[in-house]
Amino acid sequence: MTSLDLPFVFMVLMGLAMLAYVILDGFDLGVGILLPFAPREEQDLMVSSIGPFWDANETWLVLGVGILLVAFPHAHGVILTALYLPVAAMLIGLIVRGVAFEFRVKATGWHRDLWNHLFSAGSLVAALSQGIMLAGVVTGFADGAKFTAFGWAVGAGLAGAYALLGGTWLVIKCEGDVQRKAMMWSRYAVAFAAAGVAAISLAMPYANPGIYAKWFTADNLVRLAPLPILSAAAFVGIWLALGRLLHGKSRKEWLPFVLAVWVFVFAFAGLAYSLYPYLVVDRMTIWQAAAAPESLRFVLWGVIVVLPMIIGYTLFSYRVFWGKTRHLTYGA
Amino acid sequence: MLADPLLLARVQFGLNIGFHILFPTISIGLGWVLFYLRLRWSRGEAWVPHAYRLWVKIFALTFALGVVSGITMSFQFGTNWPGFMQTAGNIAGPLLGYEVLTAFFLEATFLGVMLFGKDRVAPWLHTLSSFLVAFGTTLSAFWILALNSWMHTPQGYEIIDGQFHAKDWIAIIFNPSFPYRLTHMLIASALTTSFVVIGISAFQLLRNRTWEPARRLLKTMVIVAAVLTPVQIFVGDMHGLNTLEHQPAKIAAIEGIWHTERGAPLLLFALPNKAEQRNDFAIGVPKGASLILRHDAEAELVGLSAFDGKHPPVLPLFFGFRLMVGIGVLMLGLAWLGVWHLVRKREWPLWQLRAYAAMTFSGWVATLAGWIVTEVGRQPYVIQGLLTTADAASKVPAAAIGLTLAAYAVVYGLLIVSFMVVVTQLAIKEAAGEKLPPSVAEEMAAGNA
Repeated sequence: MTSLDLPFVFMVLMGLAMLAYVILDGFDLGVGILLPFAPREEQDLMVSSIGPFWDANETWLVLGVGILLVAFPHAHGVILTALYLPVAAMLIGLIVRGVAFEFRVKATGWHRDLWNHLFSAGSLVAALSQGIMLAGVVTGFADGAKFTAFGWAVGAGLAGAYALLGGTWLVIKCEGDVQRKAMMWSRYAVAFAAAGVAAISLAMPYANPGIYAKWFTADNLVRLAPLPILSAAAFVGIWLALGRLLHGKSRKEWLPFVLAVWVFVFAFAGLAYSLYPYLVVDRMTIWQAAAAPESLRFVLWGVIVVLPMIIGYTLFSYRVFWGKTRHLTYGA
Repeated sequence: MLADPLLLARVQFGLNIGFHILFPTISIGLGWVLFYLRLRWSRGEAWVPHAYRLWVKIFALTFALGVVSGITMSFQFGTNWPGFMQTAGNIAGPLLGYEVLTAFFLEATFLGVMLFGKDRVAPWLHTLSSFLVAFGTTLSAFWILALNSWMHTPQGYEIIDGQFHAKDWIAIIFNPSFPYRLTHMLIASALTTSFVVIGISAFQLLRNRTWEPARRLLKTMVIVAAVLTPVQIFVGDMHGLNTLEHQPAKIAAIEGIWHTERGAPLLLFALPNKAEQRNDFAIGVPKGASLILRHDAEAELVGLSAFDGKHPPVLPLFFGFRLMVGIGVLMLGLAWLGVWHLVRKREWPLWQLRAYAAMTFSGWVATLAGWIVTEVGRQPYVIQGLLTTADAASKVPAAAIGLTLAAYAVVYGLLIVSFMVVVTQLAIKEAAGEKLPPSVAEEMAAGNA
């Protein structure tokens, strides 16, 4: 294993953990963001659709930031201190949302309404903050009004993209009226998410000459053309698939969600290509930030043994709760 | 003083970790209580589903609070202590990494099956899920305490260019204070959980004296507490002797020994006076400390003045320790009294139920006090003798830390109150005798037949 480029391996692992996080927690944050648009009697069902999953989904965030800490301890401190305030806002959002999930089913009366509001607000705050963090990472933590505005725009785009995942998830998990509403919400969310992806794609090369050079040469434009084209196709596909479902011309309820996942994969691939090999744009590469090889090797063994098990039992849990959501009970 | 970023960062991290530890402390113990109830389920005793239903709800709540505050911690290592990660990341990172890989995913994934999957998977699979959740919470304690203990008693490393490098992982994980700390913490978790269950059950009995699930659980957990409290006192003593060997300054602060002395007294009460380096109003057992710590009444104990100013503050350690021990003694008394009543087969007297109810969250206080003793006791170092807390701190402006500190404090305060209110409400609702769902009632009837 001595010849193995360990920092590269861990960068790939971290990337996959982050991608798994945004997709998995993305759909349950999205359901939280959409909650205020539903009448109260439908909210319980919406939350039930994410009940068995959200704890584990959020664990991918701990794994992502955990790998940053394990493999790139020098970047961990630099990035997290630079993002101090949005990180704190995200954490408070996640705290409020996570506990509201539990409190809302156990509280009664106005307490319950309060926890419902906090559940959505926490989800939205977490999504916005993550967008602002992402904007910080791609601009190399630049300051100024222009970048602040950019951060909020990315935040709104990411919230929209999460709502898209959440909406299309509900299309799979719900029936009847809720499902119909979820289709409508997803259509609005497509617009938000598409605007967000477009904004970040155009702003990144504009903000950073290095990224500009990576994309805008004749060769690279041709070679990379599939990414924007496929993303655009996926957005159009979601729109059309939702339309066909709404008009009863199709029964492929899973199609919009799968296409939304592809949107995230393409966007992620574009981001990864733009940033590589930097963890802190133009300042710190993965090799400069890496931990000692003996530490990385020690963890890699764990990853090789344990990660397939994690993926296995994660698939198992999704299988257990396959099919349309019913109201959840603790079975007693 | 309040604008000092180091102090603010410490207060913020302390607040966070202090808030966090409340919930795993309960969920580790409660996970095993639920596994026990799940195993008893198949015997068809009607009280079991009632007890399970209440405690699984409380468990879900506790678990969620632990998860979200734990995520906060994984970020605060970087936001508050970048110097720690840059210097000791090679050691701390992998231990935390293993915690995520082996414990977090396991418990979080099977929690979903355990909470909501009872009607969807085979009974054995549901029981297995319940076991894996309890096992995962315990495993997570293993890893985090390995790291924490290493920070108190580091070994198995070498320092190259100012950075820690791992030389021997077995030595790092099984460092000298780890076995004591892990055992002490797991028993603390069991005792905290016992008293939560005892307290809530007593509270239910005060409202409904014939509530069978509460009677059963109260009885079981009183026995558990009666057995474990003396074990904990013994383990705590061993842990103390280990600390004396590796962190004598911490022991000197706990015992309020300012200057090295022979035949040091065991102080029951005193007001440590930092300015004059002595104790006011001291009441103590002569030669007690020397006897307990060195098993020799005339033995010499090193005082704080021998550490050249590099010792922890006396006040929080001195009182934190006495608070922890005081609650331990109270727990011992109440648990043994409970067993005495069980042996004589008497009804629970009203005052005793009230005392139990009042003790519901006493484990939290003892655990927090213990943690303050052990963590503040490492100051001014973050890694004992090697890296100071000041060197590990971030350069984030005081205003940003102060602002987020205030936000965390408000959120945490509200959450603790909400937690206690909701737990109480759930207990009241259950003790009012709410019916079991028809499917479960049938299952129980079939089991009895």
